[in-house]
Amino acid sequence: MAAGPSPVEDELYREIILDHWRNPRRKGHLEPADVTVEGYNPLCGDEVLLTMRVREGSVEAIAFDGHGCSISRASASMMCEGVDGLSVADAADLVRRFKAMMLEGAGAEDLGDLEALQGVARIPLRIKCAVLPWNALLEGLERGEGTVTTEEGPLS
Amino acid sequence: MSITVPPAARGRLSLEADFDVEAVRADFPILCRQIGDRPLVYLDSAATSQKPVQVLDAVERYYRESNSNVHRGAHTLGNEATELFENARRRVAAFIDADPRGLVFTRNATESLNLVASSYARELLRPGDRIVLTLMEHHSNLVPWQLAADRAGLDLAFVGLTAEGRLDMEIAARLLTEPTKLLAVVHQSNVLGTVNPIRELADLAHACGALIAVDACQSVPHMPVSVRELDVDFLAFSGHKACGPMGGGVLWARPELLERMPPFLGGGSMIQRVELERSTWAEVPNKFEAGTPDVASAHGLAAACDYLDGIGRERIHAHEQALVRHLLEVLDEAQVDVQGPREAVERGGAVSFTMGEIHPHDIATILDRDGVAIRAGHHCCQPLMRRLGVTATARASVYLYTTHAEVDALGAGLQEVRRILDPSGTPR
Repeated sequence: MAAGPSPVEDELYREIILDHWRNPRRKGHLEPADVTVEGYNPLCGDEVLLTMRVREGSVEAIAFDGHGCSISRASASMMCEGVDGLSVADAADLVRRFKAMMLEGAGAEDLGDLEALQGVARIPLRIKCAVLPWNALLEGLERGEGTVTTEEGPLS
Repeated sequence: MSITVPPAARGRLSLEADFDVEAVRADFPILCRQIGDRPLVYLDSAATSQKPVQVLDAVERYYRESNSNVHRGAHTLGNEATELFENARRRVAAFIDADPRGLVFTRNATESLNLVASSYARELLRPGDRIVLTLMEHHSNLVPWQLAADRAGLDLAFVGLTAEGRLDMEIAARLLTEPTKLLAVVHQSNVLGTVNPIRELADLAHACGALIAVDACQSVPHMPVSVRELDVDFLAFSGHKACGPMGGGVLWARPELLERMPPFLGGGSMIQRVELERSTWAEVPNKFEAGTPDVASAHGLAAACDYLDGIGRERIHAHEQALVRHLLEVLDEAQVDVQGPREAVERGGAVSFTMGEIHPHDIATILDRDGVAIRAGHHCCQPLMRRLGVTATARASVYLYTTHAEVDALGAGLQEVRRILDPSGTPR
């Protein structure tokens, strides 16, 4: 039996996902923060806490904390890296395009590294893991604070 | 030719030896399924059991030959359906050694427990009365009591756990005193696998004038359960975990309690005489069965009782005990953290575990690619998860059709989990 990672990249656990899981970017808690949002998946108990500073219509800083599976943590890490510095409008647009890829089978064009999460879209029960931090972000961008769960409108 | 077997071990050895798991598996069509290009390894029977062809046939035959509404009409089919439904009541009551007058068919065990919480606790207990629960209860044996306590001004108290994941009987003894009026407790934990000493708890409860309600979802399908021997007042279980169809639950209660309790749901079938302003109720147990029941499900559950008793729950239990010993060894080799008793003593066939920083969802997803189906999550036991200091666990559970090869497949799958998620360290 061959030892070590297979030479063919795992279609779900892509190297970039594992890297973000093992070495999450922007992990922590911003203090002070303008925006604090909690995301919660009541089916599995996973939690994400987003803190953001929004200045002059742009995401000046963003961090995530909480606990969850590799997919939800990698998704949160990639998301925070991806929206850092974007205008609020561009960040909201990125959320929409990411969710379109995960939920509506849209392509991964212009999504960069986030394309790596496309494999998750084939596993319905895991889509919520990937989308949870993004729903929290959208809530934060739109309302400035709040709590979202995977069992609310955006996913159903 | 003569092997000396101590009398105590003789029964158990023969029970295990003549259990033909391959013959059992031939009764379950779904076990032939492939998941991708792998054979299904179903280790999620604690969530729901698979169904033998004997049950599938019974349900189909009911719809093909006898389908009709029950307790009404005077035609032949109506009589047949009513007879099948009432026979099912007697059959299922016999399955738990109970008086059929106390047997109520519900949608599921959750509804059964809500019935007791609403019609007994909320209506017949008084402000300041105490209900005792435990830290290992499923949400279905926790939230209904919270609702009843809120509305009726009742107090809730909780029996804690020992380090091994058993009930702390000292706390139980302390709480089962005045002003406790009811103890609601799980027979076998769906997370820890712990089998609780129900008879001892029933004696403690009764000694202080309290009743005992038992969630038997994880015990009735797997071992002989007698409400007479356990001396319990209420017992709930779900048919679908015992090889029966989905949508069928059971509540058994002492008939004299059902007689004192007001109805749970109102409507057809549960009445005697209806006037515009008020009504009187049907005799028990019909008083608690409003509306058209799931006759096919009840009939299918009766077929499941025949099936399981045909094999014998002592033998099923012995088979599962051997599987659990094997499962605990495999999990030990895989160096995972087993939550709950580490030895197959007073422990059932559901085993939860965690793997350090590797999330149970990831474990389940990777195992699924090998065709191995386990459960991952909080198992509807969020307070227990907090007590264990985890957010979720992975859970493998066995039943009469589980093989030792399947337990080994789980072990191999866990190595694959480590290969994918562990090679260069765990996350920060």
